[in-house]
Amino acid sequence: MGAITLKESYPVEAGDFSTAGEASGKIKRVLKKLGIDSAIVRRVAVAAYEVELNLVIHSMGGHMDLIVEPDYLQLNVHDRGPGIPDVDLAMREGYSTASDDVRTMGFGAGMGLPNMRRNANDFSIRSTVGVGTDIEMGFKL
Amino acid sequence: MTAQRILELLDGRLLLGELPEEEIHSACGSDMMSDVLAFPKERMVLLTGLTNAHVMRTCEMLDVLLVVFVRGKIPGPDVLAEAEKRDIVVMATPYTLYEACGRLYSNGLPSGVSTQEGRCGEWVQSH
Ligand SMILES: Nc1ncnc2c1ncn2[C@@H]1O[C@H](COP(=O)(O)OP(=O)(O)OP(=O)(O)O)[C@@H](O)[C@H]1O
Ligand SMILES: [Mg+2]
Repeated sequence: MGAITLKESYPVEAGDFSTAGEASGKIKRVLKKLGIDSAIVRRVAVAAYEVELNLVIHSMGGHMDLIVEPDYLQLNVHDRGPGIPDVDLAMREGYSTASDDVRTMGFGAGMGLPNMRRNANDFSIRSTVGVGTDIEMGFKL
Repeated sequence: MTAQRILELLDGRLLLGELPEEEIHSACGSDMMSDVLAFPKERMVLLTGLTNAHVMRTCEMLDVLLVVFVRGKIPGPDVLAEAEKRDIVVMATPYTLYEACGRLYSNGLPSGVSTQEGRCGEWVQSH
């Protein structure tokens, strides 16, 4: 494992649509500044944005941790519940429990989780109902 | 296709920024930001009827050069401020999403190849 070049944590508030996406925007700017390849920066930014919106829309809040090493980048996300009862179902394209309100804002297509998996080189999700959800994404640099 | 040509084909009105010099290579028309996020393309114009701040945040993530609001919709000053912060150029067109996309497509602006590996065009079962 290489030396850590950067480690940052970004809190995400539940239900706060006005600031949703700000953490991902910060992450994107940080990675750009580090001089990481723009195609990789975009993949990380998309995955970060999807997971951040999920925390805002579906969770009770949590945080996203960014760890950048010379040849690997990790985005570890934790939330405080409510957890996902059927993770396999949630991972399917088109599955969504989002409200009509959320849909009129342009989200709730059920594309977020599959899109994260597609963008990351490594993806894992663990969820316990009543406890919370952990998502770990890894990107080769 | 140049942004200038897009402005002409769409009888558009420039709402913010200066038309970019660089060629636009691809386009996406949608009101669903999560669909837009699923198929990122290079040097893209986004056509949409959605006029909230999340459009600009989505565009930031995808490095979208130009946003076109359809059906004569003019976004509020808060949304334009979000675009300005991110150096995104914004125009409006009187045409519907369907017609605006059709005008660009039939004049040679392709949908573009997704930078994501071969997923667009697969069947997706709704749940
Ligand atoms: N952090 C979370 N906590 C609880 N439930 C979640 C969480 N993330 C996702 N889910 C559940 O999984 C479903 C699928 O998530 P996914 O991100 O794929 O789609 P979506 O958020 O509904 O729509 P989209 O991402 O396309 O805007 C959600 O509708 C929700 O039921
Ligand atoms: Mg989602």
